[in-house]
Amino acid sequence: MIGAITLLLVFQLIGEVLAHSLALPIPGPVIGMALLFVALALRGGPPPELRNTAQGLLQHLSLLFIPAGTGVMLHFQRMSDEWLPLIISLVASTVITLAVTALVLRFLTRRSAAAKDPS
Amino acid sequence: MTPRISEIWVYLAASPLLGLTLTLLAYQGAVHVHKRCDGHPLANPVLLAVVTLVGLLWLTDTPYRTYFDGAQFVHFLLGPATVALAIPLYAQLGRLQRMALPLLVALVIGSLTAALSAVTIGSLMGASKATLLSLAPKSVTTPIAMGIAERLGGLPSLTAVLVIITGVLGAILARYVYRALHIEDDAQRGFAMGIAAHGIGTARAFQESEQMGAFAALAMGLNGLMTALLLPVVMPWLIA
Repeated sequence: MIGAITLLLVFQLIGEVLAHSLALPIPGPVIGMALLFVALALRGGPPPELRNTAQGLLQHLSLLFIPAGTGVMLHFQRMSDEWLPLIISLVASTVITLAVTALVLRFLTRRSAAAKDPS
Repeated sequence: MTPRISEIWVYLAASPLLGLTLTLLAYQGAVHVHKRCDGHPLANPVLLAVVTLVGLLWLTDTPYRTYFDGAQFVHFLLGPATVALAIPLYAQLGRLQRMALPLLVALVIGSLTAALSAVTIGSLMGASKATLLSLAPKSVTTPIAMGIAERLGGLPSLTAVLVIITGVLGAILARYVYRALHIEDDAQRGFAMGIAAHGIGTARAFQESEQMGAFAALAMGLNGLMTALLLPVVMPWLIA
């Protein structure tokens, strides 16, 4: 487990160093994820230890958002002033985005499946 | 007796132990309730835990800073967890290659829809400029969204909150949207979830299936990149 965590941190560190030194708009952990993905593709898959640790961490992904979410208490004032536009735009935009993305993807995958399989 | 308790409280309030332990307890309580409700999306673990913690901090008059001194150890794990998303993603390599073009098109359209719909509706409803700029990256995972908000001139800490609310809304609403539109494929369901509701949607998607989670993780990562590239170009044009 310690080996796997070290590996994840090393990839994050490389990502952070690249993001800052090249002034990229992309955060370090996302670059780290892309690099690890490439490394897995070159290696032909993750070692079992890394897979188990990743699974354990991702199973509790919800936990990791709780500290930032609790920060809502810093913004009670602005949110009570603008609660109506905020809640309507968040709800509507979330529903629209879910629907548009899923429908576009379904339309395109059906088309490409039909093109590859003329029967 | 009373002075002893207040002494202990002074000690605990100054150490990171309490914030950290409370976060873990609130999470496990929330997961327990979530299970008791048969995993109903309204009993979202993030929502339940945040409501519990805000209530506790408010009742004990504890500043968020003090709480975060302990909770930051959990917050820190967002970084390695983001890197770890490469592993479920790799498991879907074959499907990703077959679907590369449809995924790319859905990404660009979904990414623009998320930001533009929120800003347009918010501005029609009369939200202030700082709020609109903080709202724009709300479908992107927290660390990226805060960076984007800062570049746009919004309020990063407000963005963090709007991001979390969006994630919880996506995790709750997706089931109904998919049912209404008859979206049944886990790849499509997961990808839309990751675009609209980032990591919290991804966490929800992993509860449904490994495949749905992997596509949500992919969409979340790509949407972070895409939004970071598009918004600084599109926003000045949208908000005069």
